[in-house]
Amino acid sequence: MSPAGLSFVAALVGLGLAAVAGFALPGAARPAVVGALSAVSGCAALVAGVGALAGQAWSVSLPGVLPLSGLVFAIDPLGGMFVAVTGGVVAAAAVYGVGYTGHGLSGRLPQSVFPVFAAAMLLVPAAATVGALLVCWELMAVASLLLVVTEHRERPEVASAGRWYAVMTHLGFAAILAGLMLFAAAAPGDSFAALRAAAPGMTPGSRTVVFVLVLAGFASKAGIVPLHAWLPRAHPEAPSHVSALMSAAMVNLGIYGIIRVGFDLLGGGARGWWIAVLAVGAVSALYGILQAAVATDLKRLLAHSTTENMGLVLVGVGAAGIFATSGERVLAGLALVAALLHTVNHAAFKTLLFLAAGSVLRATGSRDLDALGGLRARMPATTLLFGVGALAASALPPGTAFVSEWLLLQALVHGLPASGAVTAIAMPLSVAVVALTAGLAVVTFVKAFGTGFLARPRSEAAARAAESPRGMVAGMVLAAGACGVLALAPTVVVSALGRATAIGRLAADPISGNAVTVRLGGVAGALSPLMLAVALLAGVIVVLGALRLLASRRARREARLWDCGAGPPTPRMEYTATSFAEPVQRVFDNVLRPEQDVEVTHADESRYLVAAIEYRRAVPDRVERRLYVPVLTALRAWGRAARGLADGSVHRYLGYGFGAVTVLLIVLAVTR
Amino acid sequence: MNVVTPVAQVLVVAGGSPLLVGVMRQVRARLEGRAGPGVGQPWRDLRKLLRKEPITPRGTSEVFRLAPLVLAATTLVAAAASPFLATTSALDPIADLFAVVAVLTLGAVVLALAGLDTGTAFGGMGASREMTITALVEPTLLMATFALSVRVGSTNLGAITTATLHDPGRVLSPVSLLAVVALAVAVIAETGRLPVDNPSTHLELTMVHEAMILEYAGPDLALVEWASAMRLTVFLGLLATLFAPFGIAVTASPSALALAAAAFALKVTVLGVALAVAEVFLAKLRLFRVPELLAGSFLLGLLAVAASFFLA
Repeated sequence: MSPAGLSFVAALVGLGLAAVAGFALPGAARPAVVGALSAVSGCAALVAGVGALAGQAWSVSLPGVLPLSGLVFAIDPLGGMFVAVTGGVVAAAAVYGVGYTGHGLSGRLPQSVFPVFAAAMLLVPAAATVGALLVCWELMAVASLLLVVTEHRERPEVASAGRWYAVMTHLGFAAILAGLMLFAAAAPGDSFAALRAAAPGMTPGSRTVVFVLVLAGFASKAGIVPLHAWLPRAHPEAPSHVSALMSAAMVNLGIYGIIRVGFDLLGGGARGWWIAVLAVGAVSALYGILQAAVATDLKRLLAHSTTENMGLVLVGVGAAGIFATSGERVLAGLALVAALLHTVNHAAFKTLLFLAAGSVLRATGSRDLDALGGLRARMPATTLLFGVGALAASALPPGTAFVSEWLLLQALVHGLPASGAVTAIAMPLSVAVVALTAGLAVVTFVKAFGTGFLARPRSEAAARAAESPRGMVAGMVLAAGACGVLALAPTVVVSALGRATAIGRLAADPISGNAVTVRLGGVAGALSPLMLAVALLAGVIVVLGALRLLASRRARREARLWDCGAGPPTPRMEYTATSFAEPVQRVFDNVLRPEQDVEVTHADESRYLVAAIEYRRAVPDRVERRLYVPVLTALRAWGRAARGLADGSVHRYLGYGFGAVTVLLIVLAVTR
Repeated sequence: MNVVTPVAQVLVVAGGSPLLVGVMRQVRARLEGRAGPGVGQPWRDLRKLLRKEPITPRGTSEVFRLAPLVLAATTLVAAAASPFLATTSALDPIADLFAVVAVLTLGAVVLALAGLDTGTAFGGMGASREMTITALVEPTLLMATFALSVRVGSTNLGAITTATLHDPGRVLSPVSLLAVVALAVAVIAETGRLPVDNPSTHLELTMVHEAMILEYAGPDLALVEWASAMRLTVFLGLLATLFAPFGIAVTASPSALALAAAAFALKVTVLGVALAVAEVFLAKLRLFRVPELLAGSFLLGLLAVAASFFLA
């Protein structure tokens, strides 16, 4: 067995032990044991994934586990990348979870299901048959659902979020099931190798049907618009370390599915598919970041940003598909590496941000940015770490997302002269979408960091916040370290990702470079994130030196804030998250359609005196309202109508049975 | 390693930018019928501010104190990396269009965070407005630069400049003309000039940049003012270098660099004077009309990209 396989098995065994420990141990010992075992297993999975990326193949066949075909697991470089990302996220979340779940979340259910969820997420990218993929996918869905509804007794929203998640994840599962069954029916067996061999023999029509079904199923897991409705509900309501797992690791597997089936198993396919992928990606990126920009719930904001980032990844995947179908192998590899790198980067910073949001939630009991503020004084470590995450998320140097978005833009820019009028229209629009998304991401994270952590506390709870215990900070530091490495030395990761793109009809390794500079092969382009960071640091030092030389050496003095002569400004006068985002909301009025309601109550004595003004504002999800509400209403009406048919009378039911048999017989007689 | 060019560029931009602001103010003053304080006034203001004692407003944190430093540092990096004086430099790996735009955006972000950190209504208002404008300017900026980089096949600033030097005729192509208008609007918005923001107002209804920095005083304010002047110079310099790189040094010899510095100063001054003259005749737009202006400029950028494909 290769080292990669060995550590993969070790990770699974460790997670199995953790699940047993979470069930069997007494309550007080559970968080520490489960957390430690899960963290070690996460690291083992990271090692396994990196090994697979380095070329160590591993596979195992378990014929007796499932009837008919049994289960086969194998890790190739593409799967290995997702195993590595999941392993890293599990390690950070598990370390954090020791401190986080110590109070109130040490029950049997959350403690024993957490490792099961992690194990299922590791198994999905390792599955090598349709049966194995579907079983692990469902295990992952059920485990995450149980974790989402952990706190359903405390808060009624949790139950509602759980219902949304349960229904949508199973509709997605049904779509994947139908698609892969159709695919497997055309092949001699259900192993991926058999599917790969059978794909060229299928008709283009049936291949398209398979792709569309699978795309819908996997895209719903990745939170892609319009199948995103569950994500901003379920991710925020889960315990924060589970939110991190879901938002940083689980959504990636949707991307994995699309790449695996589209590129690898179906072998590229038609250009129209990838234009569709690019389009839904672009729409998701814009819609997600717009919703995030106006969100005031910290965790909901992060969940919307997940939709945005998965949209950007799909822009990369779609562009890769377009290039691949028109024979531009180098560009296709470049776009796919950009997409995969963004997936890795997103995992790192989203883990960090969700964990930091969990610390805020634990310290203040609130996720409402309007009621936070001033946390920097009481929670310096969390503030610093959230700041690192926000920088990484907002595509600014020296941040993490900056590198992957730069790569994505390079692929799109160089793709313009590639081929035909389609790219001539699609590529500029994609660049515009990526650029606008980057701009709005800056607004979003300045808002989250500036109004949440800086300024002065706007509520009692925020003023009394206390720093998180050391274990939680350690979990966040792990994620922040990953962000730092990805931001400053992306070449370490990028060269490995090049191997993951060597599937289907794509180029093997589009990027070269030494430890400092990312250099694109085949097209002109180079960037050195480390040099940029060093230059910024040098700039700060130069300015500091100049200031020492030129400015007065007098001591700093405290002074009052400018208050227009009207007494000190109170925290009530501060800009809140809502007011900060108001101009953006107004600019995008036509897209967001916010609902505002102003009620003025006049004083009894005179109409000219105002006693009270009540102002309400909500930004409803428009896609949800247009798409989901009609469907739900129709379903409800249908249910009511069906209730009329079933009135409890046995005679009636016998009549239905008789009628159904008669109709069936007539149909058979006519068609035969 | 050619480290002379970045250092020379930083010196020229750092030393010359207050003079540029002085020239622009003087032009405005003369056109408005005032005598004006003279070209050297911004430098005198900076000297005055630097000699004052540093002041920390109560309740602000390190973010507020570090923001001017980071803002100045980002501007210096942008000034060092852009090919203002010569086409090749040691900083070539970061002389990428997207990188330079992102570095300059980082400066705006840090200042917005400082505005929020004060916890006053003014600071938040300025930050909120500035970030809204930045979010809308970024696509325009990238779109216009995209149009320029498509034909060169690279987003490296040095490569784009060299290509224009070798083929001066392309400056007058429809692509360049569309892109220059789009980029000019974006630059005006990003540097906070009329009609997007009025740099000389302190009226709360209209302030953007000034509202963010209202709490700064003494050396901190000097740093912010100086960095703002450098930002203006860098943006105008980018505009000049991308569309009219003439006079730029191809070798790193001192005489060529000196000539390039003179040409750069001339170009930026001409652009600055044109901007100042235009400002005399313009009124500030309502904040919520600014997106329309930027949308128009974005459309021009898109047209430029489309033209670069169909007219190629």
